[in-house]
Amino acid sequence: MSNDNFQPVLLARQNKPNSHTLASYQADGGYQALAKALKMVNTEVIDVVKASGLRGRGGAGFPTGLKWTFLPKDVKGPIYLCINGDESEPGTFNNRVLIEQDPHQVLEGIVISSFATRTTTAYFYLRYEYGRCYRVLKDAIDEMYDNNLLGKNILGSGYDLDIHLHRGACAYICGEETGLIESLEGKRAWPRIKPPFPAIEGAFRKPTVVNNVETMACIPHIINHGPEWFMSMGIPKDPNNPRDAGSYGPKLYCISGHVNKPGLVELPMGISARDLIEKHAGGVWKGRKAKAVVPGGISMGFMSESELDTPLDFAGPGRVGCLGLGTAAVIVIDDHTSMVDVLYNACRFFAHESCGQCTPCREGTAWSTKILERIRDGRGKLSDIDLLLEISSSIGTIPGTTICGLADGAAWPMKTAINKFRGEFEEYIKSGRKSESRSLAGAH
Amino acid sequence: MAKVIVNDVEVEADPKDNCILAARKAGVEIPHYCWHESLSVVASCRMCLVEVGEKKPDGTIAWGPKLVPGCQTPIKEGTVIRTDSAKVKTTQQMTLEFLLLNHPLDCSICDQAGECYLQDYTYKYGKAQSRLDEPKLQRMDKYHIGEQIALFTDRCVMCTRCVRFTREISGTAELQVMARGSHEEIDVFPDVPCDNKLAGNVVDLCPVGALCSKDFLYKKRVWWLKHAESVCTGCSTGCSIHIDQNEDKVYRLRPRENPLAQGHFMCDEGRFGFKYIHDERRLTRPKLSDAIAGAANRKSQATTTAGSGDLSFADPWTDVLEVARRKIKDAVKTDARGFVAVLSPFMTVEEAYLLASFLKGLDKRVRLVLGPVPMVGSDDKYPKGPKGQSPAEDKVRFTIRAEKCPNRLGVEAVLRHFEGQVTKLEQMMGGANATSWFLVGGNSEGWVTESIDRAVGQPGLLIVQDIFPSPLSERADILLPSGSFAEREGTYVNHSGLAQAAQAAVRCPGDARADGRILLELAERKGLFNALAIRKEVGNAIPSLVALAEGDLGEHGVKIGGVAREPIYS
Repeated sequence: MSNDNFQPVLLARQNKPNSHTLASYQADGGYQALAKALKMVNTEVIDVVKASGLRGRGGAGFPTGLKWTFLPKDVKGPIYLCINGDESEPGTFNNRVLIEQDPHQVLEGIVISSFATRTTTAYFYLRYEYGRCYRVLKDAIDEMYDNNLLGKNILGSGYDLDIHLHRGACAYICGEETGLIESLEGKRAWPRIKPPFPAIEGAFRKPTVVNNVETMACIPHIINHGPEWFMSMGIPKDPNNPRDAGSYGPKLYCISGHVNKPGLVELPMGISARDLIEKHAGGVWKGRKAKAVVPGGISMGFMSESELDTPLDFAGPGRVGCLGLGTAAVIVIDDHTSMVDVLYNACRFFAHESCGQCTPCREGTAWSTKILERIRDGRGKLSDIDLLLEISSSIGTIPGTTICGLADGAAWPMKTAINKFRGEFEEYIKSGRKSESRSLAGAH
Repeated sequence: MAKVIVNDVEVEADPKDNCILAARKAGVEIPHYCWHESLSVVASCRMCLVEVGEKKPDGTIAWGPKLVPGCQTPIKEGTVIRTDSAKVKTTQQMTLEFLLLNHPLDCSICDQAGECYLQDYTYKYGKAQSRLDEPKLQRMDKYHIGEQIALFTDRCVMCTRCVRFTREISGTAELQVMARGSHEEIDVFPDVPCDNKLAGNVVDLCPVGALCSKDFLYKKRVWWLKHAESVCTGCSTGCSIHIDQNEDKVYRLRPRENPLAQGHFMCDEGRFGFKYIHDERRLTRPKLSDAIAGAANRKSQATTTAGSGDLSFADPWTDVLEVARRKIKDAVKTDARGFVAVLSPFMTVEEAYLLASFLKGLDKRVRLVLGPVPMVGSDDKYPKGPKGQSPAEDKVRFTIRAEKCPNRLGVEAVLRHFEGQVTKLEQMMGGANATSWFLVGGNSEGWVTESIDRAVGQPGLLIVQDIFPSPLSERADILLPSGSFAEREGTYVNHSGLAQAAQAAVRCPGDARADGRILLELAERKGLFNALAIRKEVGNAIPSLVALAEGDLGEHGVKIGGVAREPIYS
């Protein structure tokens, strides 16, 4: 399927007048998927989602339908669905656009998913900074209650659902699913040790599913058009790799950094980074060349210019040494930018956002930031480069050193930046020059 | 039981064990900071990372792909644990380097030095030098954490044991983690200090020198301290403790783990309640009243050239005990029924037995009664609820008992054997018809109330064996200054019938003597006082205390018949 003829699915209603209202959404055929789903048995809905090959859009890419089947079968008492709208990965803004432009698409997905997972209470965890999203969502949820799309006996089906909109308090760690659950419970957002996984014991010690906003937005379309339609987009499974689950469906790519036209683009999975930059973002700005590209949020690491033909599907970035596709937030760095500065910025972010629970991440992120500060001050040593690599391996690239996966995300930018741009780091340190960009003042 | 292989050594472990406990059974230490047997698992220090695999029936080992925290990973039949691979060692080194990054390395002025897990683990698993080339984070010390607790913030390794303790054991939740990342600190909310009655335990729980006891701070380097295994006599819970002393001065008490008694902890009443043993008012010199002394002196002048009085280097006890023995025998001969001995619930089983068997050996009609049992309020149970309410019975993790003495059950068992019943001193107020009294105290605070004082009155013979002056000791015919709990050895039976052996930690002040030694000589027994030997005798003589017949009670003590109880945790 050529991307040139691709008609946006999730962003189809973007920029329409009043696209956030229920009337507008229903005029475009909204909530038909819900009506259809409510006539099915809940396990049939799960089967459809499973058959579609939909993988979570939040970063890890876990198959959504499979996640739902992990819920215990004969559970007494409540099951909870948590929507992860704590979109804090640097460079990522697809949830914001989805919620602001088309909240009902997301909410319809939530109602269908809740029905499929036998949930009667869903929690929408929204990052605090998204004030406009909060207001739009709040209004949208009120509209739904007024129109029997939420509350008791939805659309006469006998199914009840309440959605609670919960605002976070500006912490990156709340994007980790168990951190989110802890925060939702009113505790310090320290990710939990697993097992038990949330599907067995999650929010309020009850079985819980945590899904991303974009994943929810895909659900109504899968119900409406069927799994085959969804699988007609994207990259199929690698037949030689039984563990590859394929990368199907449309995906929102957030493009930012040194490009002429930053923004949000919807494309079938698997476009190469080069095509994305050249065809959809107007190319690198000021006529320059790209030096490095972040494939999916800063925690995934960096791709070098020579790796730009890598397809941005779930498997692609991993093949060039990155952590994965992540949130598909592509950040372009031009060739006038120092990788030392870029890495410093990334490390500073992780040092600031490390929740402080596990020793390697708590101490390692802060230490690496200090080292890079010193290098940027012209006082670096060549041995610092290997030390940074060793710190990164202790933080996250050795599996199992920390409780949650976000420590891996802190380690990968260090590892990839140094491995792929080692010459630049060495040259920077040998020259003894000071960074031109000022040291960023932070909360610390 | 499950077979587990730890570094090629096969051991049997409990299927409920985690890797740390299983490895311990194989004699292998898995270093850890955040994990504690009595607290929930957080697996956050990452010091206990090990390689874990499973031995398949065909003999091959399927290793897990990741390093796993030993604290969080349960074992099962065929679990294989590797703690000495290069991967594990590298990770341990790196974790220690991380923990020491901002650690001030002020061991020379740190109270914890010598019993510090940062020191010990760095020595065993760390590397010599830090590669930090930047200034360390410096943080303010916090003396406001609690009345008894100071926090040296920059030494903290964020294991959160203290935080979990105040949430899970005391239930008071004063301690919190504040801020985030490498800047996070332990703190309390403004004006809500950590002053609960179990607060002192956070100092023991702290694996490094961050939380320090203000009471012990800078008093003694810990390597000078000698440790005696004893029992707290503050209440009938009978917490197993260590008495840490140097040169006959007790510096601190620490809880000694005992699943049969109290668990891992002790309360602050007990922990800081030992100060009275060094009180200046302690009775330190045996004394005969002037009337008796005059007679005794006249008698002894013929045999001894040394003068009496304080300047004498002669042992003052020889005369006193001889006179006491003679007076007791005379009094019993004159009016055996009128001779009343009051046994204190602060006495050990051995001491109670020595006194009871001596007096009953003189005449069966001598009356033995139980001294006052101090009761304060009602049992104080933890963890407290959010509003300070007591927990449900099955949720209790620690109890401070209202009965503020260590050995009522033990002394009662002795009394029941010799008297057939337990008569309390309070029951004899007014109608005692006593002509001679032998009163034993040993309480941490005054126990001679006005009514006891009045009831004793001016008898023909008044013998007082106690540690503090009282109206009775003032007018006693014979005063026998005795030992506090830290100075005596013997057996205490706690509220649940657990008999625990206590060692003596220090010598008595001045000329005072431990009760056992006084009573042994008084009873004209041969040899020196040896609690173990007497304990065997008690076990053989008193059927209800037959559990003591072995003599050695082991680390955790033994249950005496009838009142046995399950371990409070397993």
